[in-house]
Order: sequence, then structure tokens, then C-alpha cells
Amino acid sequence: MSFFKRNRASFILLFIAIIFIFLGVWREEFEVVFKKAVNICLECIGLG
Amino acid sequence: MAKFFEKLKNNTRHIFQFVYFCLSNGYAAGFFKGKIFRGKSKLICLPGLNCYSCPGALGSCPIGSFQAVLSDKNYKFSFYVAGFLIFFGAIFGRFVCGWLCPFGLVQDLLYKIPFFKKLKKLPGDKYLKWMKFAILLIFVIILPLFVLDIAGQGQPWFCKYICPSGTLFGGIPLLASYEELRDSLGGLFVFKVAILSALVLLSIMVYRPFCRYLCPLGAVYSLFNPIAFYRYKIDESKCTKCGVCQKKCNFDIAVFENPNSLECIRCGECIKACPHGAICSTMNDFKKKKNDE
Repeated sequence: MSFFKRNRASFILLFIAIIFIFLGVWREEFEVVFKKAVNICLECIGLG
Repeated sequence: MAKFFEKLKNNTRHIFQFVYFCLSNGYAAGFFKGKIFRGKSKLICLPGLNCYSCPGALGSCPIGSFQAVLSDKNYKFSFYVAGFLIFFGAIFGRFVCGWLCPFGLVQDLLYKIPFFKKLKKLPGDKYLKWMKFAILLIFVIILPLFVLDIAGQGQPWFCKYICPSGTLFGGIPLLASYEELRDSLGGLFVFKVAILSALVLLSIMVYRPFCRYLCPLGAVYSLFNPIAFYRYKIDESKCTKCGVCQKKCNFDIAVFENPNSLECIRCGECIKACPHGAICSTMNDFKKKKNDE
């Protein structure tokens, strides 16, 4: 069986993952992630 | 010298975990200054449970980021973070847990501490292992999405009330080097330190209790184990079902029956232990193909 056939599900998921990431970039979700990541998250460290 | 190299070979995974931890948490100055990294690489989600408030972190935690987007009043789902999770899951599955998670490394090292009675699993393991899926559903998705303040903003419930990785890699180093933060210490921090302490103690007795029972990231990646590019395979012509793989497995998985169990973190101990060489990973297909060429 070829490599593609054996890993068909993984390839489909990889394709979906890339679409999702681009969709997230288009919806500007990355701004929320970045804003949260570059400021100390008080909840995460147990102060918030 | 040969002994030294033998030891290195036996600890390949831990060396890999340590090097990966240093690379993904490479902002060393942050630990001394009590500051976190603010560069553009934080746009990227790391594969493991790596708190973005760890002073050294160069990337974002996927579970923290997912909650951050869900709790934002403008979004009801995060395609961006889900994309990263599917991406890593489709390639690695729970290989991430075994090789690329900082808190996994901590638990691995704690389990090496001698203890008079090491347990293969906790009583009720059969049911407890489903708890991580409940935590994923309730603390990572439902609560951040539906419990909102008057401004319509939610909270990262898992990070706030459970995550021991945030306390260990974010809270403790920041509080040690940032004096002003210490004035804000309160009951929540005590609660989180209690969770961390309980898990530290439990990790000495049982192998990776957090990964087994509580980690929502492990729950996500476990769903990819049977279909990820990186999988285990059994050569039926070689396997005698002797059970050595299960005896060697710290998660007590019957690898010969279910090589792609949802619990398997791909530590590779079963591959090393199999006396008949019947277990291999899909990586072997690449090696074989290369040799054939």
C-alpha cells in the first residue's frame, strides 16, 4: 500500500489544520493569542 | 567511555526533552529579570503544555491560547489554535506528551526518585483516565465560553484553577524575581501550589499522574494516536504475545493488542523491551525505504 493511502487520514487532517490556521489568521484570532502571550497571565500564575 | 555512551543511549528521550525545553524556553534573561518574552514568536503555539507566562517561553501554550480566544467576547471558537492542535496531532499524536512537553519531563524525573512502593496505576484508573476528557470539555471549552462577566468576557478556567505547569514554570519563577507580584499573593496561589505539590508527590509513586488523568492537551492528542503519521505497528509474524511490552510499559498498556492506545505517550520502552523485535513505529517504514534505495 502506498504511503499516501496508509496515511490518508493524517493527510486530510493536515490539510484541515492548515485551512484552520489560515481561517484563524483571517479572523484575526492571532491578535488575541499574542496579546495574552506577551503579558503576564495572572490567572496562569495563580494571582488573577 | 563506552558505559557513558550506553547511558546516553538509554536516556535519549530525556536528553531530547531537556534540549527541547531549553530551546522552547530559551529567553534565559527573563528568569533573572522577572519578565516574560514579548517577541513575535509568541504568535506560534508550541506543541506541549508550555505556559506562556514562563519567563523563558518563546511560544504560546495551545491550551491557554484556546481558552483566551474562547473567553474573548468576539469569538466563539478558535480556528487558529485548533489548527495548531490538529497539525501537531496529525503528525505526532501523543508523541508530543512523551518527547516535547516540559511538565512531562518534570514528571519523568520525579518518577526516577526511589520510593518503597511504586504503583503501576491508581485505584479506579479505568474511570480516572476519562477525567482528562471531562476537564477538556468543562474547564477548557464550556466554562470559558459560557461563564462571562458583565463585559461579556470569560476566564481561562483550566489555567486559573488547575494547570500545575503554569504554577511551576510561570508563577514560581516570576514571583521569585518580581517583588511587586509577591504583594498580590493570595488564596488562589496557595490552592494552585497545593495542586502542584500533590502532583509532585504523586509523580514519585505513579508514572505521570497529570498526563494520565488531568491533562486536556493529552486528551486532545490521544484522539490522534491511532491515525497520526507517527504510529506503532505490530509484526504479527514475530509477536508471541508474551506480554513483556505490557510489563515494561509504565502506563500498563497491552501494546501487543493495542499499539495505538489513547494512553500511549510513545516513550518507546516497549520497542526496546520486545525480545522478538515485533514492535516498530511508522518511522521504520522511512528507514526501510531508504535502505532499499
